[in-house]
Amino acid sequence: MGPLERRCRRLVNGMKSTFGQRLFVLLPYLWLLVLFLAPFVIVLKISLSDLAVSRPPYTPQFDYREGWAGIKTFFAELDFENFIFLAEDSLYVNAYLSSLKIAGVSTILTLLIGYSIAYALARSPQRWRGTLVMLVILPFWTSFLIRVYAWIGILKTEGLLNQLLLHIGMISEPLTIMNTNTAVYIGIVYSYLPFMILPIYATLEKMDESLLEAAEDLGSSRLAAFFLVTLPLSLPGVIAGCFLVFIPALGEFVIPDLLGGSDTLMIGKTLWVEFFSNRDWPLASAVAIVLLMLLIVPIILFQKQQEKQELGR
Amino acid sequence: MAGFSSFAPWDEPGKKPLIEIKSVSKFFGAFEAIHDLSVNIYEREFFAILGPSGCGKTTLMRMLAGFETPTSGQILLDGQNIGPVPPAKRPVNMMFQSYALFPHLTVEKNIAFGLKREGVAAGEISDRITDIMKLVQLTDFGRRKPHQLSGGQRQRVALARALVKRPRLLLLDEPLGALDKKLRQQTQFELMNIQETLGTTFVIVTHDQEEAMTVSSRIAVMNNGEIAQVAPPTDLYEQPSSRFVADFIGEVNIIEGRCAPAARDGISLAWNEGSDDLRIASDATSQIGTTAWLALRPEKVGITKTRPEGTDNAVQGEVIDIAYLGNITTYHVELPTGAIIKAQESNLQRVANRGITWEDTVWVHWSADAGVLLTA
Repeated sequence: MGPLERRCRRLVNGMKSTFGQRLFVLLPYLWLLVLFLAPFVIVLKISLSDLAVSRPPYTPQFDYREGWAGIKTFFAELDFENFIFLAEDSLYVNAYLSSLKIAGVSTILTLLIGYSIAYALARSPQRWRGTLVMLVILPFWTSFLIRVYAWIGILKTEGLLNQLLLHIGMISEPLTIMNTNTAVYIGIVYSYLPFMILPIYATLEKMDESLLEAAEDLGSSRLAAFFLVTLPLSLPGVIAGCFLVFIPALGEFVIPDLLGGSDTLMIGKTLWVEFFSNRDWPLASAVAIVLLMLLIVPIILFQKQQEKQELGR
Repeated sequence: MAGFSSFAPWDEPGKKPLIEIKSVSKFFGAFEAIHDLSVNIYEREFFAILGPSGCGKTTLMRMLAGFETPTSGQILLDGQNIGPVPPAKRPVNMMFQSYALFPHLTVEKNIAFGLKREGVAAGEISDRITDIMKLVQLTDFGRRKPHQLSGGQRQRVALARALVKRPRLLLLDEPLGALDKKLRQQTQFELMNIQETLGTTFVIVTHDQEEAMTVSSRIAVMNNGEIAQVAPPTDLYEQPSSRFVADFIGEVNIIEGRCAPAARDGISLAWNEGSDDLRIASDATSQIGTTAWLALRPEKVGITKTRPEGTDNAVQGEVIDIAYLGNITTYHVELPTGAIIKAQESNLQRVANRGITWEDTVWVHWSADAGVLLTA
């Protein structure tokens, strides 16, 4: 064996990964398979089933003992009835549209508020930043549910906000905020604000300040420099933040349930009612599948966009 | 440049400077970064501000760009006080140390950025971009993003982006600091060519004395917020005004002594009891009786094994170190006083022929006009 050959062989051996290494790479895929793909398939199957008074409350049940014929009849009984029902009943369509609107509007509100806070954080003196970021995360130390409940105490007719505004004479009659869409917006913006602030802050914080000086030096005003340099460079953070807010807000259940009124229509709440009040598992599963599709489409678009950017870089 | 042509507007009486810095001071809180500094910079100059870190050179440049305002004093451009003018409105552009290229824009759009802000017509913008990209040899790189370029190419984009605005004054903050040595030397000459082609006034801030010596028409050496000396490179090297400047620019031997009248012309420096006084060609007779320093460049000091005949100054010592740099060899010779004198020889012959080695007793010698007598 010549020295060159030996060296090649050593190189090839070096590239071969051990069993342990491969297992390590496989783990995340295994995780996704067991905890995401399998439940999804189960939910998809239920959504194609029919409601039945039994336990579990749907048919057909998969019975492997009947063999090939059993599998055939099983698949023959699955249908898209529930999806057709969803499309025909305006209640569900309206719930989806209303959820999209509430999630969209709250995302925009969160973006406006979150961007300003992230900007202020990134421009604050270095020695304060750690503490300030800490303060943004601090609410997470209290249970989400308790924080939403706390808003009831603030927003209700005889709540803190109304008392304060009455006291300083800004209003003469208490405002009705509780149990309206406004309260839902307040709740969502408040709850998801940190998810918007942190990714935007991360992009703003690592931005080289000399870029802004360069923009100014080349003749742009500070405002123009913000729109021409700061904003485009923070766009990845903005997009990430918007997704982190929009996706959970779309399926939000707790906030509209606690703060919203009877006319607050959100798909998360509808889903809850179908599952637990009506015990219509197949229809509820269909609602969930459609919700997932609504979310997956923008995520895939986002991924495609990211890939394109990576290639263009 | 200055040394080889007659370009010396600072010597022309009545010549109006482009930039007049008039007793400018700058405080950051209680810290005085610039102390009562005055200097004039002339049209078409390649002016270097040189100094150790923390000497205030960057602050001075940022005041010229408009990012800092003087605490007191004035900066005039064409006789107009530009103190209150914001950076965006000054006919001054800066090439940043980090280059500060916009990472989300292509090379072309980076260069066009300043012209668009000015409201230049689209047709003219593309003409000017084509011209400037040709000048900095970036013609085929217009559609690339900054991260797809090498360090040297980025440096050119930064230069092009500042120059395309046709500023009266271009500021360069450590422009070549991020490049490796070979590329840096090559780029120095390109910078000089570009500056000569365009005739723009360049002010370069650097801590690299070789860079400053190579490119500039004049150098301002700064120390502790003040200018220690302003002079063309040759004058700065041959006629430093203080020990700080002599030491900062190149290598130097400093010998402390007391001035005494010389037997013939010039001055004698009594530096060590029991040794002959040093003869210095100087007419500073007013210094007689005071302490002064002889600044002597190593390359002007000769080294021999036997006492040389007919030199003005010769001192005996022992070789304690030899630094061989290929083209030159520096001998470190310890004198009886314990002081070290460095003597440099060009290696005109192959090194095997060298006659002097460690622990040899040798004579170092120099002529009366080899050194400069410093009083500060």
